[in-house]
Amino acid sequence: MTTTQLPVVEGLFTWPPSESEPLRLIGSECTACGLVSFPAASDCVRCASDESKIRLLADRGTLWTYTTQNFRPPSPPYDGPGTFEPYSVGYVELAGELLVEARLTEPDPEKLRIGQVMRLTLVPYAVRDDGTEVMTFAFAPVEESIPVEEFAQTEPVEEAS
Amino acid sequence: MTEAVIIGVGLHPFGRFPGKPAMDMGADAVRLALADAGVTWPQIQGGYVGSFEVANPDAIVGKLGLTGVPLRGVFNGCATAGTAVALAARAIETGEHDLTIAIGLDKHPRGAFAADPSVAGIPSWYGQTGLFLTTHFFGMKINRYMHDHGISHETLARVASKNFRNAAGNEKAWRRTPLTPEEILASPILNYPLRQYMYCGPDEGAAALVLCRADQAHKYTSTPVRIRSTSLRSRRLGAFEVQSPSFPVGEPVVSPTVDAAREAYERAGIGPEDVDVAQLQDTDAGSEIIHMAENGLCKDGEQERLIAEGATEIGGRLPVNTDGGLLGNGEPIGASGLRQIHEIVLQLRGTAGTRQIPGTPRVGYTHLYGAPGVSAVTILST
Repeated sequence: MTTTQLPVVEGLFTWPPSESEPLRLIGSECTACGLVSFPAASDCVRCASDESKIRLLADRGTLWTYTTQNFRPPSPPYDGPGTFEPYSVGYVELAGELLVEARLTEPDPEKLRIGQVMRLTLVPYAVRDDGTEVMTFAFAPVEESIPVEEFAQTEPVEEAS
Repeated sequence: MTEAVIIGVGLHPFGRFPGKPAMDMGADAVRLALADAGVTWPQIQGGYVGSFEVANPDAIVGKLGLTGVPLRGVFNGCATAGTAVALAARAIETGEHDLTIAIGLDKHPRGAFAADPSVAGIPSWYGQTGLFLTTHFFGMKINRYMHDHGISHETLARVASKNFRNAAGNEKAWRRTPLTPEEILASPILNYPLRQYMYCGPDEGAAALVLCRADQAHKYTSTPVRIRSTSLRSRRLGAFEVQSPSFPVGEPVVSPTVDAAREAYERAGIGPEDVDVAQLQDTDAGSEIIHMAENGLCKDGEQERLIAEGATEIGGRLPVNTDGGLLGNGEPIGASGLRQIHEIVLQLRGTAGTRQIPGTPRVGYTHLYGAPGVSAVTILST
């Protein structure tokens, strides 16, 4: 049986990820001043221009800071499972783009460190009554053995909005 | 310009008061402030009242007297009281009124603040997926700060221990049981590296201040406390702030606390070296440490040594949160900043009892910070 998966919301990340359209966060770039925003914003908070284009953000970055969530967040707005499993969150710096806040796949703070290389992934943060997994973006630590240089060439992919 | 001075302060205890509405706590605080000033409600010419939970805090006139007084509601999150006192002072400085009041009251349910992200202009997915918690920001900011500036977990615990100890000497405080740093470090982690006893909790309470023209203060008191400056600043692009799904790369931009502090010092003609006693937003133990530096009271990283030496204790060189701060009192949002000023007024009058700092303090400093990245500073002096 195949588990059905849905994104928490359309337009946050490429969905469904595929060979031709791999997983990326969907940000925006101000066409006047170049400020990169996430989630995609129609108006620029730097120059107040209202013209922007979609920009798919880098899928690798470095961990800038992190913390853990050791109690179930107030619900609503949280709609994760009633049986709570602690998770961690952090800001990942996408070079030349922005720092993005995200859930991290590693819940143990002792196994995280500032500056470590992270890669974009998806996690089923909630499961609906019919078994549908609700997916959101997260960052996972990259194994130390993988050279950083391998990811340094990741170019942002741009599309017209 | 006419200067505004504080001639009366009133504080309803902070904590849990089942069955007592926030409005009644507010009315109690106002009556205490009026009695302290030696004035009656009909003499109040204008005022500002702040609350998070009470939609119409200006309805407090129904408890105090229907005099037709212009009482305006204000709200800036955790910095709400900074706005109430700033505008109550401004009404005097501009000559609009001679006698004004600033009021704050709140009654929060137990636990972390819960709201839909839309109240902060943030999409729903941010709340659904468990990112919309201000406590995350505090954990992440102090985690990075500890990494950059060599602050230890023990120092976090010392700050919390000091504030609970100060609260123990404050009959109006909420968390009055002293805790050792060891007990604090043994409490469960809520948001790494912050533990249960390193966080303040939302609670209930109210506070009020009566202000008048400096040149009329002699009619009411021999110990007026001067409002030397007020400042409120919001976050600038590039600052690492609460409730931000992302923020730009590039040169770091300072917190609105730094902007508000600089502006307040400049307007007052007072420098950080002149401050005798400070009340800093200690939403958590890490916040107090960071805010010491952001308010110019020390350099980044110096806190490790200063706190170990006891510099921020009541008998230290720079006493911080002598009434227990938010950790000891909890945070009824609308009232929290007026509680800070209440304590400074007592300290500058020399009437803080067992909490009184030694010597003759002349300058007091109060600081608020909260969502969505806004900070308010008030500088007071004798």
